Amino acid sequence: MLDRKPTDVEEPGTMEGLWSLPEPSGSRFQRIFWHHPLARWGILGIILLTGFSFLGPLLYHGSPYTLHLTALLQPPSAHFPLGTNNLGRNMLARLMLGGQTSLEVGFAAAISAMAIGIIYGVIAGYAGGWLDALMMRIVDLLRAIPGLFLLIFLDSLVTPSPMLLVLLIAFTSWHGVSRLVRAEVLSLKSRLFVEASVSSGAGPIHIAVRHLFPNILGTVIVATTFMVADAVLVIASLSFLGMGLPPPIPNWGAMLADSMAYLPQHAWWLIYPPGLAVLWTILSISFIGDGFRAALDTRLSATYRGGKAL
Amino acid sequence: MMKYSLNRVFQAIPTLILLSIASFVLIHVVPGGPAVVMLGDKATPALIAQINRSLGLNKPLWVQYMVWLGQLVRGNFGYSYSYHQSVASLILLNLPRTLILVVTAIAISHVIAIIVGVYQASRRGQPVDHTLTALLYFLYAMPTFWLGVLMVSVFSIGLGWFPSGGLYNPLLGHATVGSYLVHMVLPVSVLVIGSVAGWGRYMRSSMSETLTQDYIRTARAKGLTECTVMMHHALKNSLLPLITLVGMSLPALFSGALIIEMIFDYPGMGLLFWNAAQQRDYPILLGIVIIIGVLTILGNLIADLLYAVVDPRIQYQ
Repeated sequence: MLDRKPTDVEEPGTMEGLWSLPEPSGSRFQRIFWHHPLARWGILGIILLTGFSFLGPLLYHGSPYTLHLTALLQPPSAHFPLGTNNLGRNMLARLMLGGQTSLEVGFAAAISAMAIGIIYGVIAGYAGGWLDALMMRIVDLLRAIPGLFLLIFLDSLVTPSPMLLVLLIAFTSWHGVSRLVRAEVLSLKSRLFVEASVSSGAGPIHIAVRHLFPNILGTVIVATTFMVADAVLVIASLSFLGMGLPPPIPNWGAMLADSMAYLPQHAWWLIYPPGLAVLWTILSISFIGDGFRAALDTRLSATYRGGKAL
Repeated sequence: MMKYSLNRVFQAIPTLILLSIASFVLIHVVPGGPAVVMLGDKATPALIAQINRSLGLNKPLWVQYMVWLGQLVRGNFGYSYSYHQSVASLILLNLPRTLILVVTAIAISHVIAIIVGVYQASRRGQPVDHTLTALLYFLYAMPTFWLGVLMVSVFSIGLGWFPSGGLYNPLLGHATVGSYLVHMVLPVSVLVIGSVAGWGRYMRSSMSETLTQDYIRTARAKGLTECTVMMHHALKNSLLPLITLVGMSLPALFSGALIIEMIFDYPGMGLLFWNAAQQRDYPILLGIVIIIGVLTILGNLIADLLYAVVDPRIQYQ
């Protein structure tokens, strides 16, 4: 069973055996991640998606903006492989461009949120006391207001550009990472190697960079990966609701929202491609996230490093 | 347990205070400021000056905050300029419809998630378990808005089984319980599918973990039937953390309800919020953000306190 901790082992000799178990983390990561069945599919999925969104427009020269007034609401044909919408716009070209914005904004938002979350979590966890309590109540507050409501509210105050959208999404989603980071820092700062560093005169910046950061990296990478998926979903949901990036910038969510008026005409080519694209993206990123979790979960390997026993 | 409960309550109070401070700040950020938020389209310069005086905008900020908070606690959320009504009356009309949607979905999702989780745990490692795991994973990644559109396209427009939106059939002129229920089927289903995907996955792992415990082996060794072991020994303990999970899922459920109400034209708080965003009706937007924040904080608090009642082992960390 996995709940076999070093503390359960009586003889010191056996404990030494357990401590010498871990190999260099690079090989452990490669051994688990590249053999994780879902992670491989996720990598393949994201490569295909990136190729479709960024290389696709180089191979397929349809304009996402041109209005083909003679071909309104056309089903897929040789000329328009995914048909046209009610304004006669080329759906395949729009799907590709929509993928570009989704991926760019999604990754940028997740990485910004990660940066805020790490700094916030390290400060809260390391400072402790009243500052930690106050900082965590702010996190509680952000957790209590559904992200979509907050985003719609902020969206109604400004007209978002891609850059602003990145900041808005980061602002509404960093708190998850900060909670995880704070919890890790709380448990790390009472460990011997941190105390040893403190007693030998290391400053807080040195400890954060050299001791805390490397140890929270695994948790952060896993959380950030899932945050990319969440960000892509949020962008699509916002634009489905008519917020987010203003038209005519194509987005999968807005494409789907536009198609709702043509449901009675059974315009299936307007409904399935954008929805499948969102699902494809979320599944691929989640698969990779699961792979990362299996390969990087520090809580699993912490037992073997003897961390809890110290 | 008393200590835990008190600690938990004391943790919720500062969050509520922070919520009110954040909302107060937002009112001042909103174009037009507090007077316009209170008055809406009735805002004439004379009235604005009068409101500014009565709100004490020349007084220190903390006095303004206390006055505003006093109004809020008495239920004065301001006046909507697109609906020409007080925000409180609009929320009172629409909030119950959203709560019915969300509570019904929570109840149905629980039943399904528990059945699926227990079934999977009892068939652990078999093909049916893997199939269900894959299905739940797939549904978990399914965007709510796409699921909603697909439901309308298949069950409403394609098969014609259910109405595509609204609260009741306007051709009948009045709402009947039957008509209301029929209109609830699709919106509730979308919310249920999303929740079951999350909670079913959780129930499976919770049940599987419980089944490895020593007291389960003891129960089996006593010669109890597998059904008794599952239902009386394992299920009860696996259910406990589900209470906390519901509390934590509240924000996601409200977000889901917003999208669903918009797709199905279901006149709840989400649709009110969405319409208000189109109109830039800030009093409604702020009022709903405050109400939802309070509901979520209280919901989480109640969930945690309930957990302490059913599981006395819990300690405040």
